[in-house]
Amino acid sequence: MMLRAEWIKLRTVPGWLAGLVVAALLVVALGCLFASGTSMSCMAGNREVACPPPPTNAAGLGVDDKFAFTNQALDGNGSITAKVGALTSTITYPPPNHNQIVPGILPWSKAGLIVKNGTGPGADYAAVLLTGAHGVRMQSAFTHDQAAPGFASAKEAWLRLSRSGDNITGYVSADGTTWQKIDTVRLDGLPAAVRIGLFVTSPGGLTVDEKPQGGHAVAVRFTQSTAEFSQVSPASGWNDTLVGYGDYRTGWEQTHPPGHTESGGVITVSGSGDIAPLTDGVAVERILTGVFLGLLPLIVVAVLWGTAEFRHRMIATTLVAMPHPARVAGVKALVAWLASLIAGLVAVGVTLPVTTRILHANGVILLPVPWPTTVRVAVGTALLLSLAGVFAYGMGILLRRAVPAVVAVTALLVAPPILAVTSVLPPDLGAWLLRLTPAAAFAIQQSIPAYPQLSLPQTTFDGYYPLSPWAGLAVLALYAVAAVAAGTRRLRREAS
Amino acid sequence: MTAALRGEWVKLRTAPAGLAVTLLLAAGLTAVGAALGGGDAIDPVQLRLLGVRLGQAAVAAAGVQLIAGEYGTGLIRMSLLAVPRRTHLLAAKATLLTAGVLPVAVLGVGIAVLTLPPSGPLLRAAAESILYLILIGLLGLGVGAAVRSSAAAVGIVLALLYLMPILLQMIPDPDWQRALYRLTPATAVQVIATTVDAAALPIGPWPALGVVAAWTVFALAIGVFTLHRRSAIR
Repeated sequence: MMLRAEWIKLRTVPGWLAGLVVAALLVVALGCLFASGTSMSCMAGNREVACPPPPTNAAGLGVDDKFAFTNQALDGNGSITAKVGALTSTITYPPPNHNQIVPGILPWSKAGLIVKNGTGPGADYAAVLLTGAHGVRMQSAFTHDQAAPGFASAKEAWLRLSRSGDNITGYVSADGTTWQKIDTVRLDGLPAAVRIGLFVTSPGGLTVDEKPQGGHAVAVRFTQSTAEFSQVSPASGWNDTLVGYGDYRTGWEQTHPPGHTESGGVITVSGSGDIAPLTDGVAVERILTGVFLGLLPLIVVAVLWGTAEFRHRMIATTLVAMPHPARVAGVKALVAWLASLIAGLVAVGVTLPVTTRILHANGVILLPVPWPTTVRVAVGTALLLSLAGVFAYGMGILLRRAVPAVVAVTALLVAPPILAVTSVLPPDLGAWLLRLTPAAAFAIQQSIPAYPQLSLPQTTFDGYYPLSPWAGLAVLALYAVAAVAAGTRRLRREAS
Repeated sequence: MTAALRGEWVKLRTAPAGLAVTLLLAAGLTAVGAALGGGDAIDPVQLRLLGVRLGQAAVAAAGVQLIAGEYGTGLIRMSLLAVPRRTHLLAAKATLLTAGVLPVAVLGVGIAVLTLPPSGPLLRAAAESILYLILIGLLGLGVGAAVRSSAAAVGIVLALLYLMPILLQMIPDPDWQRALYRLTPATAVQVIATTVDAAALPIGPWPALGVVAAWTVFALAIGVFTLHRRSAIR
């Protein structure tokens, strides 16, 4: 009964309804503006082509999967052993003068042993590997990364990978006699016939320039890495597959082709690319950036939902009809939550399919993420809006005056991400802002988590939030509950 | 006009401490930059003046409240009865607001940059930040007079100040983006504070302040127009 009365109050005041509609429309309009202005084209050598969709792993996550693979068949159980070392990289035209090809160390260049379900990009794998500056590691599924204790700064190592059913175990040794297990990973549904072999890959050489206006510019340049494998077992039967390579070869590769050479029992492999999650591209949350703009009318409406009762002294009537201040505030908070949730669900529900269609027509491929992630971003965005509505309502009944309440909610919820992302605020201070203020909730929109095993910068500037998605949303929920509770206390104290 | 000014002063002096609190908050927020240090920043002046971006919200709120608040309580009818010339009423409020924001801005900006070594660009950035805060207060006054609902007015001003930069980033065409960057008031707060690599920005610091001034004049004009044309009863 009470819920219905409050719902009617909300519904029958035209300004409030209009505010909610405007909030939803802004989200949709900005999504469409972004989508229609975004296009994508890829170069195959010097030819412009439509961008091919990136390979995905078993979960549906977009991945980089490009490497030189010196491989042979393995039927059933078995293992591969080799001593890996002399991992060096060639970096093309780095700063300061961009006019030389220089040798260097790439921290995340990789050389090692891999077992893979075929040679198609995105196929399941497990690998033990030596890196340029991060020691020996075992990696699988493109996201799993386990360092080998005691080999954190190794420049060469004996590696072994053995298969037993669906289980792949990686070992490392300093001398080839005493072996230490790194990890066992399970590759579900791995067929009997797989490919095993030696691989080398080399992510782009990065330079990150801090910009005076805040943020940074990232430049990437082509690199190739080379490593030597000795004491390889099995000793022979190796063939090259260039996984994920197109037809195009850089100038450097035309004289230094990827693949392997063998001399005196040492196999030297050269390759470029990476075996890693794909994080560089248009993430799905980019089309929901309009939420920032939609939040403002929502905040105004929700604050007024709280303050208007006091301004027009309607609260006296309301409390006569229902003489329990706590229940009145609770029901009104529930109405604020429901109304903003509906506005949010409509906004997201329209924006996602419409913009996806526009982006598709423009040849834009969103960073592939597992479908539960997309659902979490979509539903989470609506939940964010709904909790923002409750928070604004709570601040409204707490402060009782609209202007301070709107300013306070905006300053706490909308301003921190803007300060953290588009200003000269140092990234670690920005990260603290995004932990402690209700703006932490925007983490729910982050579809690509941070991976420590990547060299690309992953600061707040780059769209990485310090809290996990649901923890971030919980911060906003806490603020909302606290604001409503404090407002209710004030109401109860002054009603009696 | 003097009488209108005196009337506004009396109203402020006797009203609950709303405006004073808002302005003190503005000073505090503007001074926040002092806590950021900035010894190793590329542009320490810009870092120290980050607080202006927070303080402007409080200053704008003060401007909005000064007029839209009167619509909320119905006081506006009394005010217009006493000072029937709309322009005079708004001018009196604008004068008083400027007189209130100026010391607050000087205080906030002064604290923020106090420990930096004085230099030409620093003084330019600090002086412009003070003028900017005054203009934003007047912008709030203009929007408040035009929109009347204080919550809606403050929402509009905050959207203009905080969300325009995000909107601009989403505009695909770089020429349009550059043109809009120069024409909106939102980017001025950053341009003004920049003392390193300022040449790379699409607009110079003084023209940027000019753009804000133009928006303020425009908002005040709409406010005067609304005061003239619409009945204060509804």
